[in-house]
Amino acid sequence: MTEAAHRPHPKPREYWAIALVLGVITAAEVTVTYIDALGGAVVPLLLVMAAAKFWLVVAWFMHLRFERPLYRNLFVIGLIAAPVLFGAVLFTFGVLIGG
Amino acid sequence: MSTITYRDPAEHAGHPPLSHVRKVAMWAFLGSECLFFGSLISTFLLYRNRTGDGPTAADIFDVPFTSISSFILLMSSLTMVLGHYASERRDFRRMRVWLLATALLGMTFLAGQVFEFTEFVDHGLTVTTSPFGSSFFVLTSFHGGHVAIGVIMLLATAFMSFGGKLRADGGMNVELVALYWHFVDIVWIVIFTVVYLLQV
Repeated sequence: MTEAAHRPHPKPREYWAIALVLGVITAAEVTVTYIDALGGAVVPLLLVMAAAKFWLVVAWFMHLRFERPLYRNLFVIGLIAAPVLFGAVLFTFGVLIGG
Repeated sequence: MSTITYRDPAEHAGHPPLSHVRKVAMWAFLGSECLFFGSLISTFLLYRNRTGDGPTAADIFDVPFTSISSFILLMSSLTMVLGHYASERRDFRRMRVWLLATALLGMTFLAGQVFEFTEFVDHGLTVTTSPFGSSFFVLTSFHGGHVAIGVIMLLATAFMSFGGKLRADGGMNVELVALYWHFVDIVWIVIFTVVYLLQV
């Protein structure tokens, strides 16, 4: 395996652009929580925006979209296992123990 | 008789480069950290409504203040990645500036967290007030602990570079610190949404 197996990393201009997008999304998140008219749409909106920020940092700042698949797989295993663990905890406390 | 000096002891044996092994170890560690914080966030979600006689999230959370803290931590990821970029180009002077800026932003975030905790205690929410308080303080304190460790790593890396100790590793030390720091940032992205914004 060679060190050149991954794609070239972004340049500082792209990093600044990503940071600007992250700042705008954070401002949008806070704004959304103050708009009562959105009602039940607030929760999915916030979750989508958090997922977008998460992906931007992981893909661009942590370079995961430019790196070897092995690194991505190691991280994705943890990401998938975390909600599975959450489900197991919910099941244990909610069903087996009864809340 | 001439001797061959290997920079990486594993090179001669047909093994993967040490830098690759270290990076695999860091990604495996971060994967396991997802489980660690996943369990803490799960616990918070289970107990978020069990406030007892203590204050609720809506009573005490100051979303504008926490938003500024979140923005500061997000921007520290920018300074971190710029420091990493500089280290890859062996521009050690600029790398030190960005690493120290990242550490400063991290310390600012921690100061905000200490202030926030003090406010919460003043308003009657402590780690023993209710299951909500316990799960909130345990989750956010563990995250703060990770930030504090990251700040120490950043300062240590910056000071190591003064002695020229980072010149031989091809930027790997800075890359590993950067991965850890960005991870701390993405955990906060989740905490900010799930613990703060969705509870008010």
